[in-house]
Amino acid sequence: MDFTAIAFGVLSTVLLGAALLVITARNPVHAVLFLILSFFSGAGLFVLLGAEFLAMLLIVVYVGAVAVLFLFVVMMLDVDFASLRTGYVQYLPLGLVISAVLLIEMVGVSGVVATRGASAAQTAAPVSDVSNIERIGQVLYTDYAYLFQGAGLVLTVAMIGALVLTLRHRPGVKRQNIAVQTARTVKSGLKIVQVKTGEGISE
Amino acid sequence: MDMISVLPTYLPELTLAIGSIGVLVGGAFAGRHALSLVSGIGVLVLVSAAVLQGVAPHAVAFQGAFVSDAAASFAKVAIYLASAVAIFLGERWLSRSGDARFEYPVLILLAALGMGVMVSAGDLIALYMGIELQSLALYVLCAFRRDDAKASEAGLKYFVLGALSSGLLLYGASLIYGFAGSTRFVDIALAAQMGAGHAGVIFGLIFLVCGIAFKVSAAPFHMWTPDVYEGAPTPVTAFLAAAPKLAAMVLFARLLTTSFPNSIGDWRQIIAVISVISVTVGALGGLVQSNLKRLLAYSSIANIGYALLGLAAGSQDGIKGMLIFLALYVVDITGFFACLLALSRQGKPMETLSSLAGLTRTRPGLAFAITIFSMSALGIPFLSGFWGKFFVFQAAVTTPSLVWPAVYGLVMSVVGAFYYLRVVKTMWFDESAGETDAPPADARLIAFGAAAFAFPLVNVGLHWLELFAGTAAKAFGLA
Repeated sequence: MDFTAIAFGVLSTVLLGAALLVITARNPVHAVLFLILSFFSGAGLFVLLGAEFLAMLLIVVYVGAVAVLFLFVVMMLDVDFASLRTGYVQYLPLGLVISAVLLIEMVGVSGVVATRGASAAQTAAPVSDVSNIERIGQVLYTDYAYLFQGAGLVLTVAMIGALVLTLRHRPGVKRQNIAVQTARTVKSGLKIVQVKTGEGISE
Repeated sequence: MDMISVLPTYLPELTLAIGSIGVLVGGAFAGRHALSLVSGIGVLVLVSAAVLQGVAPHAVAFQGAFVSDAAASFAKVAIYLASAVAIFLGERWLSRSGDARFEYPVLILLAALGMGVMVSAGDLIALYMGIELQSLALYVLCAFRRDDAKASEAGLKYFVLGALSSGLLLYGASLIYGFAGSTRFVDIALAAQMGAGHAGVIFGLIFLVCGIAFKVSAAPFHMWTPDVYEGAPTPVTAFLAAAPKLAAMVLFARLLTTSFPNSIGDWRQIIAVISVISVTVGALGGLVQSNLKRLLAYSSIANIGYALLGLAAGSQDGIKGMLIFLALYVVDITGFFACLLALSRQGKPMETLSSLAGLTRTRPGLAFAITIFSMSALGIPFLSGFWGKFFVFQAAVTTPSLVWPAVYGLVMSVVGAFYYLRVVKTMWFDESAGETDAPPADARLIAFGAAAFAFPLVNVGLHWLELFAGTAAKAFGLA
């Protein structure tokens, strides 16, 4: 048994285990953390397949953006997960039927693809010593440089737009000014006032 | 290296891109006078881009994604100059209304760059990039006065419906790519010629046409137009109504003629139907409007209908007519909006028809300019609007299947004449509605300049315009 097979076994076991824990974990924060673990395991499987670019995308996009967004939602919004779980038994039969339909469809598609679909008709992509990322990089910054820069400008416009429409310079907001703050002395920060009984102080 | 050797062809766009990023960074540090500084540089950048485009060599760059030819040059020079005028008008207007933020000229520059990409698109991805760059900048500009409820509504409506149309456009583009096997216009034409997935490609084409028809506000994809025109700040509306229409129509023409030259019969039907519906909606919808910006929105829907009629002809004459029509329309509509910018009463903009009553007594110059623009839109002979329609109808009636749509378009332009004449009648014969504020010099300058062009200067320049448009129309390789 070579190392690849061992790695595959470990990664897929962790992936399946983590996926199961995502839907069974009681604490939603734990569920999101297990989701991240399963993304990492999936990325590992992509690396084993030689698709290292997809692996990186999975980590950058799903772990870096989507999962963190989930975490934000779970932590910031007051979602009552206990009430979402009620009626689990009631909906179980329907859920099982839908799962069965999905399973049959997936098996069917895999069967067709294996016998006469895309993978059967084509030979594997020619092996070369240039990696995926290098290949993509070579065309992305040469043949597609124009479109790549265009996409960058579109994102710039989106960013300008977000600032133009939402940024407000409100007066009276206390902002940090490190230099002023550290230069504070007891004299400038403290004022001793003689308070008369029953009058209080005004600004 | 290919990219370097063809640098002069895309130098105008490069100038715009670097210029817009440069002024964005500069504006952030410029302090209180950022708006006027950035606007000044922005106008300079746009004018130099127009000049560079005028002398740029014609070539294809970036594996066919960027096509610079006579049609692109014609449209781009007009677009960049119109954008420069929009910055000029908007800068003064924003300073007066106390909302002087320097992002306005930056967004206009980026929108102009997007239009340049659209006009030069030779590839479905470049087409989409251009449209998105232009549209995103316009969405933000529409909602630029974020404390104004109507402006926010306009921005949001435009954004939501624009996203929907982008979805349609992308769906069509991916269908075409799937069936033809390429995103490049010329390769799509080759694939279609060899009979690759004809029905699928045409199916994709219909979605693509719907998406672009939305962007040019052709009926039945026009619903956003009146609300957005009314809600958006007036200088933004002036910009929105002029240059983007020209850009999208040239893109439309390039897409249809270079990637589907052998299915003219297929797309002519669609374009002719959209054209007929647009002139109907534009003429009838305008009859009941009391707000001038909404009125001009319906007028622009009708005008796009006429431009589409030229495109539907699918001939060199048709494209030439369309280009002349749109170039003259850009000047007319910019002038009309400049008049609206110049008019205010006690600090409030005069945007309703009734507020114009008796304007000839209080502001004879501006009233005269508006009269010229109305008469021109109406199609009175020897005004600029007449010449635009003249060339479009000339091309349409020589195409056998377009004779009836052309006749119908003429009938509808008579119906539309009602509301233009009502504007003129209100200004000349109604009781005066009171004194108006002194018009700002900048808006008056643009208004009078455009009016002088609409009549009589157009008759002098028409020969040149026809010459340029004729050369431009040859670029699409039609009969």
